[in-house]
Amino acid sequence: MYVAVKGGEKAIDNAHAWLAEERRGDTAVAALSVAQIRQQLALAVNRVMAEGSLYDPDLAALAIKQARGDLIEAIFLIRAYRTTLPRFGGSAPVDTDAMVCDRRVSATFKDAPGGQVLGPTFDYTHRLLDFKLAADGEVPAVPQAPIQTAPTPHIMSFLDREDLIQSEPVGPETPPDLTRTPLELPADRALRLQALTRGDEGFILGMAYSTQRGYARNHAFVAELRIGAVAVEMDIPELGFAIEIGEVTLTECETVNQFQGSKTQPPQFTRGYGLVFGMTERKAISMALVDRALRWKELGEDNLGAPAQDEEFVLYHADNIQATGFLEHIKLPHYVDFQSELELIRKLRREAQTMQEAAQ
Amino acid sequence: MTDYNFAYLDEQTKRMIRRAILKGLAIPGYQVPFASREMPMPYGWGTGGVQVSAAVLTPDDVFKVIDQGADDTTNAVSIRRFFQKTAGVAVTEATTEASVIQTRHRIPEEALREDQIIVYQVPIPEPLRFLEPSEVETRKMHSLEEYGLMHVKLYEDISQHGAIATSYAYPVKVEGRYVMDPSPIPKFDNPKLEMAGIQLFGAGREQRIYALPPYTKVVSLDFDDFPFEATKADHACDLCGADDSYLDELIVDDAGGRMFMCSDTDYCGKRRKDGHVGAQGVPYQEDAA
Repeated sequence: MYVAVKGGEKAIDNAHAWLAEERRGDTAVAALSVAQIRQQLALAVNRVMAEGSLYDPDLAALAIKQARGDLIEAIFLIRAYRTTLPRFGGSAPVDTDAMVCDRRVSATFKDAPGGQVLGPTFDYTHRLLDFKLAADGEVPAVPQAPIQTAPTPHIMSFLDREDLIQSEPVGPETPPDLTRTPLELPADRALRLQALTRGDEGFILGMAYSTQRGYARNHAFVAELRIGAVAVEMDIPELGFAIEIGEVTLTECETVNQFQGSKTQPPQFTRGYGLVFGMTERKAISMALVDRALRWKELGEDNLGAPAQDEEFVLYHADNIQATGFLEHIKLPHYVDFQSELELIRKLRREAQTMQEAAQ
Repeated sequence: MTDYNFAYLDEQTKRMIRRAILKGLAIPGYQVPFASREMPMPYGWGTGGVQVSAAVLTPDDVFKVIDQGADDTTNAVSIRRFFQKTAGVAVTEATTEASVIQTRHRIPEEALREDQIIVYQVPIPEPLRFLEPSEVETRKMHSLEEYGLMHVKLYEDISQHGAIATSYAYPVKVEGRYVMDPSPIPKFDNPKLEMAGIQLFGAGREQRIYALPPYTKVVSLDFDDFPFEATKADHACDLCGADDSYLDELIVDDAGGRMFMCSDTDYCGKRRKDGHVGAQGVPYQEDAA
């Protein structure tokens, strides 16, 4: 006698209740506030905003709290929320020349107008666990420099003046939108950059690293890495001019890469570009390297068959929400398909055995 | 959930999906690219099917969701609840009562009628994908009707195993033109693909929709000397005694004892209600749970 398995509904409810309890943890420990996450786990918040493609630190912090610190899950929450938002219009391109830089470094010039500004970086910290933090998190007062108001020109613009770097063709007025139209290949550079900036940090990092190790090496120098706030402006039809509607913090990375040239064409450096929401420099540098690798066709380079040169491979596998969903779906029931495989393998084995016996 | 539109998606998005569905119906078996949205459930868990269902559901519809043939599978429960919450539609477990059925991996045992729509969740819509990983290439192959590679694969199966070693997601040819992936249904279900109902296939992550209008000719690929064969476990259902339904195999004791039961839970339940009892079944009673 057998009674069929039932209870999916009840199991789901109970699982969710348990999850909520686990998320909260020991109630003797104070609950974490969204403001604390936003303030003290800011780099996690930045990653969630960047890969969630939604600039809202409070929502990103909430998502991190709800996701128990699983950042991909938090990104997923933000993406699912983002799709429900109405589109009011597009902003004017942000002017990163006018960025108020918290950090700005160049690896190609020792000094340049605007100077080298280290900013709040982990670089040069010794990675020693700070046990004092376990006891109390307070920090001594930090000396303040006067605020720089002069614009910080892009380092690339100096190379541009000498014609040493390839100039970029001006793209179409409105770039395509990956979230509103299906991805079709070949993709133009604007679309590729869009996919890269919201792509998984680990994936883009791995791709970029592979180019450094010789899979389509492109000799990148970080001409400039800058992090800071830029104004977002939007044309308001009723007003007839653009007004500032907010401010976002961005990380921008421009690389100078190996040059191109021929007997008739004087050699010129080439570029890679990364632009990511928030303070996300690992991602921005990675993005610039992968961008450069993907430009092989346009720059007349050979296809070396390297993964980072393969636009279809990179664009189809960079999105962690797509990847994690499909990967994790294999834990859903597949017993119908497995059953058909069972029958097939039993049948094939039976036939092979009969053949074997007949041969003996 | 009152902040969300009927069936979650906004009307613009639904129109975009409906256009893709209509194009799919006009070119049976052709994969129509569509701007798949990010849904509040993971890619790979039925987001394509959910978007197609959202686009075809009306407030008067009666909705049924099955996964592995069962209404009570956790992901089927989750999707059914999603539409109860966001569309407020009536739901049912009875195949005959449903006007829209969303399914993963099965076609119900009972033949569908002309007034019914079945929506399939599709993981990989491209039947040629595992022969050619590049989408650019496979789209070219479809447009040139270049399906030789598929026949070579089936032939190699026969030369290695003595049979075509594909047991689910068995490729079909639609109206003599497009080779189509019927989603990972067992090949037992392939003959049912020629039906009276409208069949819609949604692949969210891969951003593709395709369709089969009613009574479309659907042929499972095979060779004259190795004809297609719809197979199932060589048993009858241990609960309802049916010998014509697709069966799940269960391990019931530590010694590895097996039993078989209908994968279509509605079909099985109905038969038991009608008084059929299988080898290990008990006479039907209203569910206490």
